[in-house]
Amino acid sequence: MTEQNGVPATRKEIPVEVIGKRQGMFGAQDTGDTSGFGGLTRPVALPPASARPYGGWFDEVADEFEGALEEQGLDVAEVVEKTVVDRGELTFHVAREHLLKAVRTLRDDPALRFELCLGVSGVHYPADKGRELHAVYHLRSITHTRLIRLEVTAPDTDPHIPSVVSVYPTNDWHERETYDFFGLVFDGHPALTRIMMPDDWLGHPQRKDYPLGGIPVEYKGAQIPAPDQRRSYS
Amino acid sequence: MTTHHYEEAGARETTEGRVFTVTGGDWGEVVEAVARADDERIIVNMGPQHPSTHGVLRLILEIDGETVTEARCGIGYLHTGIEKNMEFRTWVQGTTFVTRMDYLTPLFNETAYCLAVEKLLGITADVPERANVVRVLMMELNRISSHLVALATGGMEIGSTTLMIYGFRDRELILDVFELVTGLRMNHAYIRPGGLAQDLPPGAVDKIREAVAVFRSRMHEYDKLATTNPVFKARLVDVGHLDLAGCLALGATGPILRATGLPHDLRKTDPYCGYEDYEFEVATADTADSYGRFLIRLEEMKQSLRIVEQCLDRLKPGPVMVGDKKIAWPAQLAVGPDGLGNSLDHIRKIMGTSMEALIHHFKLVTEGFRVPVGQAYAAVESAKGELGVHVVSDGGTRPYRVHFRDPSFTNLQTMAAMCEGGQVADVIVAVAGIDPVMGGVDR
Repeated sequence: MTEQNGVPATRKEIPVEVIGKRQGMFGAQDTGDTSGFGGLTRPVALPPASARPYGGWFDEVADEFEGALEEQGLDVAEVVEKTVVDRGELTFHVAREHLLKAVRTLRDDPALRFELCLGVSGVHYPADKGRELHAVYHLRSITHTRLIRLEVTAPDTDPHIPSVVSVYPTNDWHERETYDFFGLVFDGHPALTRIMMPDDWLGHPQRKDYPLGGIPVEYKGAQIPAPDQRRSYS
Repeated sequence: MTTHHYEEAGARETTEGRVFTVTGGDWGEVVEAVARADDERIIVNMGPQHPSTHGVLRLILEIDGETVTEARCGIGYLHTGIEKNMEFRTWVQGTTFVTRMDYLTPLFNETAYCLAVEKLLGITADVPERANVVRVLMMELNRISSHLVALATGGMEIGSTTLMIYGFRDRELILDVFELVTGLRMNHAYIRPGGLAQDLPPGAVDKIREAVAVFRSRMHEYDKLATTNPVFKARLVDVGHLDLAGCLALGATGPILRATGLPHDLRKTDPYCGYEDYEFEVATADTADSYGRFLIRLEEMKQSLRIVEQCLDRLKPGPVMVGDKKIAWPAQLAVGPDGLGNSLDHIRKIMGTSMEALIHHFKLVTEGFRVPVGQAYAAVESAKGELGVHVVSDGGTRPYRVHFRDPSFTNLQTMAAMCEGGQVADVIVAVAGIDPVMGGVDR
């Protein structure tokens, strides 16, 4: 961090992550909506970065984490893109190139000691340009009875995230699953192959551009369309 | 030995070498044929359709004589795309999907999912006391029924059919309670975001007390049959060893972790649904083997009975759903000609007398409720370990993403560490000690 006029520079600003927009009300896409709200457009944004104090033990964990990163000569602002406190949960958004160092610190630092990794969950936000693919890690500290979340992003054009299997071997299958479903490539994974879908499957089913599929079903004389063809509400 | 005998054992030449299809009773021929081959390495493919692999689990074992030198799992044979499907249904409909994942712990799946949705909605504190007590009650009964299946199938796989009969006999007691309370023996969709689908029916408390008494009187039979049985112990003691460091590295939780002596139980360390108000002990063992896991399951069933009785004592009349009419499904269920659904009396009432109830019902059923943007993680201590749910909302009436961290999935990774270097017969015991349910592993 550079200082100007004695004031610490603020972190590199990440614009609010907009993941889509909501139009109208009541789900009417055509002229059926006579409510007057048909032209209403609202952006859908993920919860923004939080300001200190985060509250409770969150500040302690954030201090220890940032301090431990600084001790290793890392620029905290580069490693932790933003810290979000939402619904009583602490999330560190970590830059993917620093993920391995971050998780190793979180596991090994005595004040942090997140021994148990609860796997990785992928999320696909097609509208979050440049950050389409998110990998979400939950870490549990049995020593301190704490739970935190790490979030790492990768663009669709370069879907690579370093594998944390060398730090948390439990993520072996979890990363294979996320690769299988989202196409996220975990660099350094010992054997990144599909785990749920057949080996010769094409595409990654949990991505938002992958259709659910299904056929209409007749029930009590009526045709019920496939789930992804049914009316959806905005 | 002639080629004719090879054909009986189902041998065929492939580019990978000679492949035998073993159906049982023809081991002698296979062993004799393989002994004549130059290649000493035998790879045995057990499953995915095999009675002792706990469902459609495929075990790939490289064996040298009777010793397993390498072991791998093949999974995915029961993948049903539940997580993807949930993105196309309302939040409430999600409960009908999650209950089908780990089909032996449906109420844990539902509770974990509902806790996550409630966290997103910000109504965790609004869930009525009675709903929480009934959730705990149902989860603890479910823990017993899940452990009973673990003991029963584990016993059957090592040839103790008596243990199997006992386990399934006693599980019926629990399933009868489930049927009385939820209408179904499995796939309940009983626990809903905000509370429960419906209150306990009349007579349920007495029925549960009766089932608890009967089951408690039978608990000693397991001790008599198995706990000190030298044959049973010979199969389980020191089999499937995995120490604390291995468990944490591989993410194993539940009885596997507690068998190493670490009393880690989310009900104590990160309580939910009011578990902090109940008195119970966390069962541990210090053997880190299949026998320790067996003892833990027995002890946990006893502790669950204690919790069930405490739940029955603290049940007070009251609502079982949050007061917010925009979330609470205004339903009363009854069994109709096409299964469980809204009772006709209730429909008559809302159609005829209550305009607001009709509007809420219509909006909730067709459209569902909206959940504010964000993500949440909720975890419960299921019978198998930490069952975590990561739920993401984009502010709509459907989940944007739901991911389950199923304990069976993570625990099954420990199979290789437990089995390599051991005997082929011990693989079965080790896998039974992990107690994976493929519905949860594959989702």
